[in-house]
Amino acid sequence: MNYWPLIGVAVVIAGFALKRNAVLVVVAAGVASALAAGMDVGDLLALLGNSFVSNRALLLFTLTLPVIGLLERYGLRERAKIWIEGFRNLSLAKLLIAYLGARQLLAMFGLIDLGGHAQTVRPLLAPMSEAAAGREGALDDAARARVRALAAETDNVGRFFGEDVFLAFGAVLLIQGFFERNGIHLEPLAIALWAIPTAISAFTIHSVRIVFAQRRLRAQMHEMPSVGNPTEDARR
Amino acid sequence: MNAFVRIEYIYWLVGLWLAVCAWQNLRDRRWAMGAFWIIVASAFAFGDLIRGATAAGSRWPAQAMGAGVIALGLLAVGGRAARQPESGERSTGGLTLGNALFAPALAIPLATLAIVLIAPYVAIFGKPLIGPGQPTLVALGLACVIALIAALRTTRAAPYESLSEGRRLLDTLGCVALLPMVLATLGSVFAATGVGDAIAHIVGATIPVENRYACLAAFALGMVLFTMIMGNAFAAFPVMMAGVGLPLLVARHGAMPAVLGSLGMLTGYCGTLLTPMAANFNIVPAVLLELPDQYAVIRAQIPTALVLLCVNVMLMAILVF
Repeated sequence: MNYWPLIGVAVVIAGFALKRNAVLVVVAAGVASALAAGMDVGDLLALLGNSFVSNRALLLFTLTLPVIGLLERYGLRERAKIWIEGFRNLSLAKLLIAYLGARQLLAMFGLIDLGGHAQTVRPLLAPMSEAAAGREGALDDAARARVRALAAETDNVGRFFGEDVFLAFGAVLLIQGFFERNGIHLEPLAIALWAIPTAISAFTIHSVRIVFAQRRLRAQMHEMPSVGNPTEDARR
Repeated sequence: MNAFVRIEYIYWLVGLWLAVCAWQNLRDRRWAMGAFWIIVASAFAFGDLIRGATAAGSRWPAQAMGAGVIALGLLAVGGRAARQPESGERSTGGLTLGNALFAPALAIPLATLAIVLIAPYVAIFGKPLIGPGQPTLVALGLACVIALIAALRTTRAAPYESLSEGRRLLDTLGCVALLPMVLATLGSVFAATGVGDAIAHIVGATIPVENRYACLAAFALGMVLFTMIMGNAFAAFPVMMAGVGLPLLVARHGAMPAVLGSLGMLTGYCGTLLTPMAANFNIVPAVLLELPDQYAVIRAQIPTALVLLCVNVMLMAILVF
C-alpha cells in the first residue's frame, strides 16, 4: 500500500488552514498527490484536463448571474424585503421552516436545481429573511450576517436531506450500482425509502435550530435596541 | 437519437458568457482575471472535443487542458479580484416596477420545473426536446435564457446591461466561482492516485473488527472524514464501502445492505455540511451573500450537522443489524 498520495490531503488541509488562495491550493494538492503516486507528467496533465472537463456541470450556475444581476440592479432585493414586510405575522422562523420543508419535498421529487444559492437564496430568500428578522428591530451587521448564513444553511439542509429520497437521484443509483457490482441486487426504492427517517430528523433538528436562532436574535435586539443602523436600509 | 437541446449546447452558452466576462476584464486591463476566464471558457467551448479526442486515443487536447488547469491555479493568485464596491446607485425602478420584478426571478425555478415535466412529451423535428442524461441541468440552462428574456422585457434594459451586471456578480465571486469545479477535479485525482484506498486501509487496520458497533462507528466516521477531505459523499461512499462496509459490516456482521447504503451516504452528507471542500454549498454562498467570514455558512451548519450525525449513527445501529 502506497501512502504517499496522502500528501495531497496534507497540502489541502495546510493550504486551507493558512488561508492561501484556494484554487492554487487545490491544484497544488492534485499535482503533489499525483507525483507522489508515481504518475508521469503526461498522465498527470491528461488526468487533470479530463477531470476538469468532466465536472463542467458545477459551473452551470453562472448562467443565472446575468438574470439575477439585472434584476438586482432594478431593485429585486429591495422588492423582496418590501413584499415580506407586508405580511405582519410572518416571522423569520416561519419563513425559513416553510422554505426548508418545500425544498425537501421538491428535492424528493428530483427537483433539486429549483432552488440554490445563486437562483433563490441571494436574490429572494436572504433579503426576505432579513426583512422578517428586521421586524423585531434594526439588524446590526453581525446579526445580518447571521441571518444570511442561516438562510444559506437552510437551503443546504433542505436539499441534502431531501434528494436521497428521490429514486432516480445519482446517490441512490450510485449505491445500487455499487452493490450490483458486488453481487447484491437491490431495488432503488428499497434504498430511497431508508432515507426517510433521516429526512424527517433533519427537518426536525433544523427547524428547532431556526426557532432558537430567532429567539437569540430577539433577545439580543431587546437588550440593545439602538445598536442597529437604521440608515443602512435607506442607503441600499 | 440525439436530443434537440443537448447539454453541450448549454455548455457552449456558458463558454460564450464566460468569454464575454473575460473580454470585459481584458478591456479593463485586468489581464490575470481576463486570462483566467478565457481558460475556463475554453473548457466549456472545447469540452466535447477534448472528451472525444481522449476517447479516440489522442491525449494532447486533454493534456493542454491540464496545463490550463495548472495555469488557473497560478492566475488565481495574481488576479485576486479586487473586491469591487457594490455599485452604490441602484435604479429606483423597483418601486415603480413593483412585484413584476419577481416574475423573471421565479421564472428560473418554475421554467426549470415546467421543462422537466413536459420535455418527455415534446419532440421537435422528430427529436426529443431533452436527452435522457441530465434533464434538470439542460432545463436549468434553458430556463436561464427564458428568464433573461423575461427580465429584459420587464426592466426594458439593454441586453448589454445584463451582461455587465452579471459580470459584476461574477467578479464579486472571483476565483471562488471556480472552486467547486477544481475541487471536483481534485476528487478525481485523489481517486486515481489511491488516496481513498490508503484511508480505507488505515481505518480497517485500526479498528477492533470483532465488535460490530466499533465497525459501524468506524464506517460512519470514515464516511464523514473522507467526505470532508474530498468535499463529496459520492467519492467517499465507494471507498468506505469497499474498505469497511462490505467486508466487515455486511459480510461479517450481517448488516442489511439497503439500510447501510442509504444511511451511510446520508452520514457522508453530514460531512458535506462541515467542509470548505464542498465549496459550491459552503464557500460560494458566503461570498455570494457578502458575508465577512468565508466560513460563516460552515460555522452555522456545525450544530445541525453534528446532531444529525449522532441521530444517523443511532438509526444505523438500530436498523442495520
